[in-house]
Amino acid sequence: MAPLVLTAPQNMLARTAAELIEKHGGVDRQRKLRDEAGELGYSPEVWAEMADLGWLGIPFAEEHGGLGMGMAETVLITEAMGRGLAPEPFVSAVVFGGGLIADAGSSEQVAAWLPPTIEGEKKLAPALLEPGGRYRVARTSTAAERNGGGWSLSGEKTQVVGGVGADGYVIPARAAGGDGLTLFLVPAGAGGLEVVAQRRVDSRNSAILRLNGVEVAADAVLGEVDGGLEPLGRAVDRATVAVCGEMLGVMTEAFERTIEYLKSRSQFGVLIGTFQALKHRAAKMFIEIELSRSTVMAAARALDDGSDDAELQVSNAKARCSDALILVTNEALQMHGGIGMTDEHDVGLFMKRARALEFAFGDAAFHRERFARLRGF
Amino acid sequence: MTDLSAFREEARAWVEANSPEFLRGKASDPNAWAAGGRKAPFIYPESRDWLLAAADRGFSVPTWPERYGGAGLSRDEAIVLHEEFARLALPMPLTGFGYSMIGPTLLDHGTEAQRTEHLPKIARGEIRWCQGYSEPNAGSDLASLATSAVRDGDFYVINGQKIWTSGADEADWIFMLVRTDPDVKKQRGITFILVDMESPGVEVRPIRLISGASPFCETFFHNVRAPVHQVIGEVNSGWTVAKALLGHERTSIGGMGRGRPRASLPDLARDYVGVDESGRIHDPALRERVTQCEMDAMSYGLTIRRHGDGLEAGHKPGPESSMFKYYGTELNMRREELMLSIRGPQALGWEGEGFEPAELDQTRTWLRSRANSIEGGTSEIQLNIIVKRVLGLPD
Repeated sequence: MAPLVLTAPQNMLARTAAELIEKHGGVDRQRKLRDEAGELGYSPEVWAEMADLGWLGIPFAEEHGGLGMGMAETVLITEAMGRGLAPEPFVSAVVFGGGLIADAGSSEQVAAWLPPTIEGEKKLAPALLEPGGRYRVARTSTAAERNGGGWSLSGEKTQVVGGVGADGYVIPARAAGGDGLTLFLVPAGAGGLEVVAQRRVDSRNSAILRLNGVEVAADAVLGEVDGGLEPLGRAVDRATVAVCGEMLGVMTEAFERTIEYLKSRSQFGVLIGTFQALKHRAAKMFIEIELSRSTVMAAARALDDGSDDAELQVSNAKARCSDALILVTNEALQMHGGIGMTDEHDVGLFMKRARALEFAFGDAAFHRERFARLRGF
Repeated sequence: MTDLSAFREEARAWVEANSPEFLRGKASDPNAWAAGGRKAPFIYPESRDWLLAAADRGFSVPTWPERYGGAGLSRDEAIVLHEEFARLALPMPLTGFGYSMIGPTLLDHGTEAQRTEHLPKIARGEIRWCQGYSEPNAGSDLASLATSAVRDGDFYVINGQKIWTSGADEADWIFMLVRTDPDVKKQRGITFILVDMESPGVEVRPIRLISGASPFCETFFHNVRAPVHQVIGEVNSGWTVAKALLGHERTSIGGMGRGRPRASLPDLARDYVGVDESGRIHDPALRERVTQCEMDAMSYGLTIRRHGDGLEAGHKPGPESSMFKYYGTELNMRREELMLSIRGPQALGWEGEGFEPAELDQTRTWLRSRANSIEGGTSEIQLNIIVKRVLGLPD
């Protein structure tokens, strides 16, 4: 395995990413976006700046205009975004959407979607979740009927992150008579496609997609008919690790703010950070964050190296980060006391984002179960 | 990379040629592990052959410089060497406090004369060491230790009692903390000194634990005379040396969390609990505990690896040893508890009929593991160190 340590260029990238997020206001920006309650939920100007810096091309080959880097660098961007609760759809549009096109797209699909994704001009939104489907994409029930030379899609997707304002959607569906999943690229504005903005606890861009006999041409199929599960699984693993990076950022920032609070808040005439009842819990959080960081770095490198144990590493990281993030954000609120319950204080924003990330691509229990299955017990 | 694969070839050939046939496959047999020394006989004569063969090549203490009996290997080369030992399931040629604690401490803090005197004897397994830190009234609050050392010419005269001196009954020398100045802040009046256990006035009594016989002893000092040149570091600055050594100890105790597992948890669970028609552990709640334990071990191993990679890349070592000691021991104890749950009533054997040898071993190992979070600084002390030195929370 590649060393679990950042190279000098990686350190530089992490610093630049942190500076950009901070420059635009950090967590205050997320609060403002939430208060404005626009359906987009993120800042197009920040997205454009991320594109200018080349970040939207980090995981893609240079021939398509990418930077030719990998997950090890991608998680540095998502970690910086997590620290500032940045809501831009980087994981959904770039890591998942762009990554899936690069992996499974035809040369026409790659040409149509990848360079504009890297340039920040087009965004894909993957639509995995169906009402009642929880985390198993294999349970997809959206139906695809052959219709002349093309297809007609019917079904409903929910909590499509980045779905509002997307230029296209990746729709997994079941082809009639087939025995697998087929992936479809559906452009925004397709006839019969209804996009309804949703409001979630984390205020992030999210949509319901209703597919009422959406007509698409044969070349809308991404990869092979009935062969969608494998590329989809690879895309989910990459996106999962990117989310883990984001979780690492959220937990680190929430933890550091809590430690500062313990050093500044007085009760009974002393700083509350002198109380051993709080100290030991703080130390345990620190350890959990350290362990989480190791798993994220290892999972990112395992995917980059194509290691045999990559899926194990991904599930290990997602389970660890999910548990650690919930521990840290719950403790952050408890240690802040009553002020943490107020909307005015930021700790609630961290907690809300934490839950959304916990349930993205499977929670800890889901990934422990996957780990056990992969190990054969 | 090329260098490492060349070294692997060399190490493999050396291990094939020099490891006794009898010891292969005995990595998990505690009788096969040797700590050397004048008093303690080798249980298997082959362990002695293995130790001496390794010592001749510097492989008993592979990362130490060659002039002190090591092979001067890099960390990566030492990992490769240990992987080659593990490939044949060989025990390490040398274990013990000399190898893991006082040796590294002398490399950091000893004078050239002290290193030359002691390190080669450790490397060849000639001298076994024990540790004199804890006292009946100085456990977690180690710095309040009271065993005194008073200067008398070229000697210190030592009086007092140490407890939990592992292996004192079989050790040849002891490294210990003594109070040389009772009138200053408690950490400032402590000196780190080496004492020959054959000195007149040293008395050792073994301690019996809840797990039965134990390597632990009480060690008494009545007017024991130790030469002044056996002080390590400066007089009254023994606390600094002790903290460095405790770091080695924590890393060594904490290492057990990912240590040589006696049995794979999933395999043990399959054997005792059974499997369903698809071959999965029958009881889903138990399966979840096994999974959690396996994932924790994986994450812990990755964190140790990340720490090592960081050192290799030039990061300064910090108080990570407290994190490793805390997490490694807690993990090991959880693992022992889980193995107990998996074996159920068959984990209750003490001796005699009705229990397999592995089951009897399990009972004792579980009981013994309860000390992991106490010895080498309790879990609570490790958390205190993290809070103070990493998080900077106020006292």
